[in-house]
Amino acid sequence: MEGLVSLAVKAVFVENLALSFFLGMCTFIAVSKKISTAMGLGISVMIVQAITVPANNLILHYLLAPGALAWAGFPDVDLTFLGLISYIGVIAALVQILEMVLDKYFPPLYNALGVFLPLITVNCAILGGSLFMVERAYDFPEALTYGVSSGFGWALAITAMAGVREKLKYSDIPDGLQGLGITFITAGLMAMAFMSFSGVKL
Amino acid sequence: MAHTRKSQLVDPLIDNNPITLQVLGICSALAVTSSLKVALVMAIAVTLVTAFSSMFISMLRNQIPGSIRIIVQMVIIASLVILVDQVLKAYAYEISKTLSVFVGLIITNCIVMGRAEAFAMSNPPVASFIDGIGNGMGYGLILMTVGVIRELFGSGSLFGITLLETVNNGGWYVPNGLLLLPPSAFFVIGLLIWAIRTWKPKQVEEREYKIQSVEAH
Repeated sequence: MEGLVSLAVKAVFVENLALSFFLGMCTFIAVSKKISTAMGLGISVMIVQAITVPANNLILHYLLAPGALAWAGFPDVDLTFLGLISYIGVIAALVQILEMVLDKYFPPLYNALGVFLPLITVNCAILGGSLFMVERAYDFPEALTYGVSSGFGWALAITAMAGVREKLKYSDIPDGLQGLGITFITAGLMAMAFMSFSGVKL
Repeated sequence: MAHTRKSQLVDPLIDNNPITLQVLGICSALAVTSSLKVALVMAIAVTLVTAFSSMFISMLRNQIPGSIRIIVQMVIIASLVILVDQVLKAYAYEISKTLSVFVGLIITNCIVMGRAEAFAMSNPPVASFIDGIGNGMGYGLILMTVGVIRELFGSGSLFGITLLETVNNGGWYVPNGLLLLPPSAFFVIGLLIWAIRTWKPKQVEEREYKIQSVEAH
């Protein structure tokens, strides 16, 4: 249990997906102009992340890993090379299903998140989360914790970024730096701030 | 025709660069640029995947039903990326370890998807192939520039060959450790965008708010 808590804290602060691995940067920069939209996107990323990382974990352990197909009578089969294509397939399918479920049962939430859901399929933070899960060989409870907390970390980062940008638009910035340039530099400063967590050992 | 082919290839380098103007594919641009060798491998991989995926998608563009086109594009891109991944693991194992998840993340690199969606779906295969190469090279150019700055000033070497002898090895150059850390990539790209936009003022974004000049009384 203690291990899971420290994993969660690590995934939110020390190894923040957005600010120390730069995952999901395209959307991070593009959708961080307003706090409300940024938060909506952040929450949808968190939900999708919390579902896909454990789902991909199950797929890895029961279908793809060497010897995983023993239950079906193929103990020698190693399908790990199909990993990338299966993970992205799972992500695309789950996002689609989530969209339909939300549309049917939670219309207000669907209307709030609707535009962002398709964007999430191509958000590298989601695929990145699954790939880190594979690389670090998490088991199922760890994968679940990692999914939720890394999604939360990403949501936290984009909301903070949107807060800064809402104030920033009133300031007098040199012409060439206007817009994209200053956004990068702000993100750099935020990443440095998050680096101060890297000394935290749990 | 020859002229447009050339402009297709050259335009994405500076005038319509995928990273600095279209804001595509930033994730990997930031993460893999701390050494030039890795940046070069990544640039080549992305260029190849973009070019071939654009070509294949363009060949199939009249057969793909609109409603499932994203999934079809994903499958094509993912297959190409698996190829790249397997080749890297076989012939450049060290580099593939350094790149870790970022090879897999080429799938969700917005440049590949973006060009497939914006160009390949409405243009013939050869033009799409060239467009893919051009955009891949634009991406590569930024990647290499950032890589050169970070590796040269961060550790005093290029491609692992020492150019500026560092103090630790008895030389004169005090390396700038910040450049090896992740946040520096943001600063370098931000300043690069500033430089490009000063050179090409057409790319400057409009202000949302203007500061009113106040007359002195």
